[in-house]
Amino acid sequence: MHAIIAKTQLSPNVTRLDVCAPRIAEIRQAGQFVIVRRGEGAERIPLTIADSDPVAGTIALVIQAVGKSTRELVALEPGQAIQDIAGPLGHPTEVIRQGHALCIGGGVGTAVAHPIAQALSRGGVQVTSIIGGRSKEWVIFETELRQLGAVVVCTDDGSYGRKGFVTQAAAELLAAGGIGIVYAVGPVPMMRAVAALTRPAGVRTIVSLNPLMVDGTGMCGGCRVNVGGKVFFACVDGPEFDGHAVDFDLLADRQTTYREFEQTANSCGADGCRVGLNHR
Amino acid sequence: MQPKRITTKERLQLRRQAMPEQDAGRRRVNFEEVNLGLPEKFALIEADRCLQCKDPRCMNGCPVGVNIPRFLELLAQGNLPEAARSLLGDNALPAITGRVCPQETQCECVCVRACKGEPVAVGHLERFVADWARQHPEAVPLHAVPPTGRRVAIVGSGPAGLTAAGELVRRGHDVTVYEALHRPGGVLVYGIPEFRLPKKIVDEEVERLCRSGVKIECNVVIGRTYTVPELQARFDGVFIANGAGLPMFMNIPGENLQGVYTANEYLTRVNLMAAFTAEADTPVLRPRRVAVVGGGNVAMDSARTARRMGAERAFIVYRRTKAEMPARVEELHHAEQEGIEFELLAAPLEILGTDRRWVSGLRCERMQLGEPDASGRRRPVPIPGSEFVIECDMVISALGTRANPLLTATCPDLKLDARGNIQVDEQGMTSVPGVFAGGDIVRGAATVILAMGDGKRAAQAIDRYFQARTEVVPATAAGQA
Ligand SMILES: Cc1cc2nc3c(=O)[nH]c(=O)nc-3n(C[C@H](O)[C@H](O)[C@H](O)COP(=O)(O)OP(=O)(O)OC[C@H]3O[C@@H](n4cnc5c(N)ncnc54)[C@H](O)[C@@H]3O)c2cc1C
Ligand SMILES: Cc1cc2nc3c(=O)[nH]c(=O)nc-3n(C[C@H](O)[C@H](O)[C@H](O)COP(=O)(O)OP(=O)(O)OC[C@H]3O[C@@H](n4cnc5c(N)ncnc54)[C@H](O)[C@@H]3O)c2cc1C
Ligand code: SF4
Ligand code: SF4
Ligand code: FES
Repeated sequence: MHAIIAKTQLSPNVTRLDVCAPRIAEIRQAGQFVIVRRGEGAERIPLTIADSDPVAGTIALVIQAVGKSTRELVALEPGQAIQDIAGPLGHPTEVIRQGHALCIGGGVGTAVAHPIAQALSRGGVQVTSIIGGRSKEWVIFETELRQLGAVVVCTDDGSYGRKGFVTQAAAELLAAGGIGIVYAVGPVPMMRAVAALTRPAGVRTIVSLNPLMVDGTGMCGGCRVNVGGKVFFACVDGPEFDGHAVDFDLLADRQTTYREFEQTANSCGADGCRVGLNHR
Repeated sequence: MQPKRITTKERLQLRRQAMPEQDAGRRRVNFEEVNLGLPEKFALIEADRCLQCKDPRCMNGCPVGVNIPRFLELLAQGNLPEAARSLLGDNALPAITGRVCPQETQCECVCVRACKGEPVAVGHLERFVADWARQHPEAVPLHAVPPTGRRVAIVGSGPAGLTAAGELVRRGHDVTVYEALHRPGGVLVYGIPEFRLPKKIVDEEVERLCRSGVKIECNVVIGRTYTVPELQARFDGVFIANGAGLPMFMNIPGENLQGVYTANEYLTRVNLMAAFTAEADTPVLRPRRVAVVGGGNVAMDSARTARRMGAERAFIVYRRTKAEMPARVEELHHAEQEGIEFELLAAPLEILGTDRRWVSGLRCERMQLGEPDASGRRRPVPIPGSEFVIECDMVISALGTRANPLLTATCPDLKLDARGNIQVDEQGMTSVPGVFAGGDIVRGAATVILAMGDGKRAAQAIDRYFQARTEVVPATAAGQA
């Protein structure tokens, strides 16, 4: 059992939970994640370790409520607990010292980009972050990232920072020169667009992939991704890969395998019924 | 108990008692156990079929050397408490092995009665006695043993890890089992389906171990949460039993289409994550027609599970013939009864997809058996121009598993063989002193009872290793003085 110590609403549908997990807090590195199972009957879902406090023995999970499992997690309150947390899983971020680094975070991906930027900065790499959200209230982790370097904020509606997508801001910074390495975390279309932008410029680009996962230990093969024509298991070989070699179509496909189930779970709401599971 | 008056002739005339089964039509749509268990009356008759051989060959066939004639004699006498104590003294998980051991290639195939007819149903009787013991825990009490102060870490809670844990606490050692998943049991809970091995039985075994003092910590991934060297620092001995959980792929086009599962993923979703129940959150695809590639227990389990999850047709695609299939005979038989269709002497070439990249079929070619290969099995060779397509909306790859490198990668001192399995000596000790290994991580995908045998032997070796160290250390110290 992992007690929830604190809960913060970061944006209309993104919640931060600080959860008791001393061993993971002690050893986790940037880029690693945990597999979380709220309680009996719940799904095992992967969540990035956004931050940790080894002294307090807590890790920070930043969760976007998109479906049943994530909604149930963000409904938990301090004093309640998460039953299972396994980790830290995945390879730590490789700190690539290659000039100025650009960290791009889209939506909840900003929470995943934050530990990466932290590791780069601690490794002596100069970091600029570009983060985006629908509008002002959707922008997260701005304060934390400002402590690590310059931050460019983009909003779709222009209510805060620049108007437009993160990719537009990225294109300008890349054109200005000096960027030696790019880390991009966010929805598939965003990572694909960043990779397309940096490929002609020959700027190495690392993306953090988020396929569906079950065990997180390399046992099921459900998280397989295609990188450079070879199959990798994102949970053990990743989750960070060379963005220029990733087959994003496959990733997008595989993320939608259970869309029908998810929609039913969403419409059934709290009673947990899953149409399609009981009848055919 | 009166000695039974039954002559050898009468014994020889007794027919093998059939295991009652759930009706194939009914069980095809439920996850309840297929085999219902022998009623006591028939179990006693079956036990009477044992000839009580002076040189019981059946025992040579059992990897843990269960004293078969002894527990069968006690059973035939109706002395269930003694039969249970005898069986449980030899085999820590008889309710499990009685259900899943490939008896036809182990204890039963060498039973003398197999030569002239049918062997004694050792497996079914083992299950009978074990189930009786489960219902009468007071008959097999746990004995408290004085603690030795020695601490052992076990990696993995499959049959190898659980058996070793039981053996080690019985000797007074302090045992902690680390399990990567949220629930202990290994393949017994994530792989083998409920209808063959109810999870309740595994849970009961785990509870019994915990009552006897074993500590189990779930959600700890060795190689990530802790490394083997870290365990060595905190424990006096380590036993690695992390299984062979890395799925193999067919390496044919189309394997990344939507609707292609490895058997591990499919079975984990249905079993461990209970997708067969209405309460579970984990989704699983429900095919109309499924093609399962492979011929072992894993393939049978996948196809039979898919039928229960609503598939109208389920095909097993196998390169050789039924005679070469590695699956347990009983499973093959049950699969046939449940309407699983067999595409034998067929090898997959390509998984076909729709324009939206969902599986639409499996293109195969026919094979014929040629010359025997190194393993002595006749090698399948393709018949030119024999291609055909199995229409299906799901494909499950059940080709087997290999060693998962997650743990070994973080302990470079462990010597591995060419397939990535950990190498051990006759004692079960690895190239790192004090670190032992057993089960599938050493053998490659094998069987429950072989894994248990390894767990038992390793526990004994660990115990000897501790004793040798207490005796030897002061001696050398004295020598140096
Ligand atoms: C390594 C890794 C790290 C992750 N870190 C975080 C994190 O820090 N914070 C966070 O909020 N989420 C993170 N995710 C994604 C998170 O695991 C999923 O959002 C979650 O599993 C969805 O479960 P659900 O039951 O709430 O939604 P579901 O009902 O399963 O899905 C709802 C919708 O989300 C989509 N979806 C489901 N899973 C994913 C996924 N893995 N990626 C993209 N879309 C998905 C579905 O297609 C569907 O449209 C991470 C994923 C991975 C693989
Ligand atoms: C579907 C299926 C059906 C089968 N049917 C039969 C049958 O009918 N009869 C039979 O005899 N055999 C059968 N087998 C084979 C049998 O289950 C295995 O040989 C046996 O379980 C091996 O036992 P083990 O203890 O070595 O490993 P496993 O049972 O694989 O257990 C290993 C455990 O270690 C855990 N683990 C892995 N890595 C780590 C890590 N890094 N840190 C911590 N924990 C870790 C795993 O999660 C798992 O719980 C079947 C196998 C499958 C997959
Ligand atoms: S453990 Fe398996 S092989 Fe040994 S006697 Fe029992 S059923 Fe036979
Ligand atoms: S070989 Fe057969 S008949 Fe002989 S002791 Fe074993 S089980 Fe009984
Ligand atoms: S999640 Fe199962 S192999 Fe990666």
